[in-house]
Amino acid sequence: MQDIFIILRDNWALLLVGQYPNGPLGGLAITLLLSILGLVFAFPLGVILALARVSPIRWLRVPAMTVIYVVRGVPLIMFIFWTYFFLPALTGQTVSGFTTMVVTLVIYQAAYLAEVVRAGIEGLPHGQTEASRALGLSYMQTTLKVVLPQALYNMVPAMVSQFVSTIKETSLGYVISVNELTFAANQVNNTLLTQPFQVFIILAGIYFLLCFSLTQLARYLEQRIAGKRTGLQTLSRRMQPVE
Amino acid sequence: MKKISAAASDKKIIAFNAVNKWYSPHFQALKNINADIVKGEVVVLCGPSGSGKSTLIRTVNRLEEIQNGTIEFDGQDIHAPKLDVNKFRSHIGFVFQSFNLFPHLSVAENIMLAPINVLGKSRPKARQRAVELLERVGLAAKADAYPGQLSGGQQQRVAIARALAMDPPAMLFDEPTSALDPEMVGEVLQVMKSLAREGMTMMCVTHEMNFAREVADTVWFMDAGRLIEKDTPDNFFNRPQSERAQKFLSDLRSH
Repeated sequence: MQDIFIILRDNWALLLVGQYPNGPLGGLAITLLLSILGLVFAFPLGVILALARVSPIRWLRVPAMTVIYVVRGVPLIMFIFWTYFFLPALTGQTVSGFTTMVVTLVIYQAAYLAEVVRAGIEGLPHGQTEASRALGLSYMQTTLKVVLPQALYNMVPAMVSQFVSTIKETSLGYVISVNELTFAANQVNNTLLTQPFQVFIILAGIYFLLCFSLTQLARYLEQRIAGKRTGLQTLSRRMQPVE
Repeated sequence: MKKISAAASDKKIIAFNAVNKWYSPHFQALKNINADIVKGEVVVLCGPSGSGKSTLIRTVNRLEEIQNGTIEFDGQDIHAPKLDVNKFRSHIGFVFQSFNLFPHLSVAENIMLAPINVLGKSRPKARQRAVELLERVGLAAKADAYPGQLSGGQQQRVAIARALAMDPPAMLFDEPTSALDPEMVGEVLQVMKSLAREGMTMMCVTHEMNFAREVADTVWFMDAGRLIEKDTPDNFFNRPQSERAQKFLSDLRSH
């Protein structure tokens, strides 16, 4: 137990920010940056994919479904390798591990978020769309004013969970030498050589704390959302308050 | 499309001409419906469940498509390919059995949504009209409440106000009181009665036979997709012609 504190005391800066300010930013900071950038870009893409996926227009629906199925049917690490080797070949420029990882995460998470958003859209009672159309609102107006606000709001907890998996997935950046948290922990392990157990307990602990608190946040949001509209029969069943 | 004469069009608001609808090749929901509704008329549609009442009322604003025949609204064929469905729908008020208020919007915003987005009204104007309409349905104090905070009867009254906000020349009610607890039925019927008194053209599917007796100008009785009786409430309730309607009424009385 004491070893763990000693390792933390000697290496906390490396684990938190890498070699920064004397070298590139790394560690937990990069892990968080990757996750946040991944989510920020994946979110709009995911919403667009979801809208295309539920669209009545075939030439929007089919490509969206193809992207979603292909991406969800391939392991993330394969995707990382593809981006890592093909992106430079495609653009003719060297691409940093960090950029590779962001691009990969965005595409990968967008496909998953699209399915979350679709569930949110399809979970709404059909009467919502009917009522809006009956008032004379168009398909797009109905989508923007009635369907999406409810679908996205109801899906906030699911999106936080998706963010949690993104955080965990950033650890795969290790294989293409992105100096995120796992990479930093491995550096620590390589210098110490004799204490892998302690080092990786620390690593696990950091991931756990981060993800666990976000999961709690998701739970809190879920209750808040349910509470704010107590007694609403029209919300999707999933979001009904537990009595 | 058959154009009806100008003289008739300022009287007839809704006209069903040989309307047929199939849900599948084996299930015909509407069979050769021919009927008219004139301006200011209150029509109550009744009949056993599954007889096609809701389907018929939903065809009027194209929530359901028909396979042949025509439906005219104010002289216009509503299934014409060139028709702007959104614009057309904004002229007909529709009230659903399950209210279908938008839970993420306040009561006032529910009412303001279509006037702002479809008619292009300004927010303050739309808000003012919403408050007026809420007063009319007796819910002025609830403008800033959310639908989830209201009782079923209150929600349905808001839904009526929401439909009225588009100043529709006709209102369609699809079993507006069927999802309500018995003690809330009255408040909704009260609002509908006052609308009828003000001369609103109304088509209403309901199981409230007292409402039909008191308010309807005409009762339509449907069975198995056919419109089999069309008469004044007095004739329909006291001297039903068809055997099917006689049985329906005697079943109602036996409760």
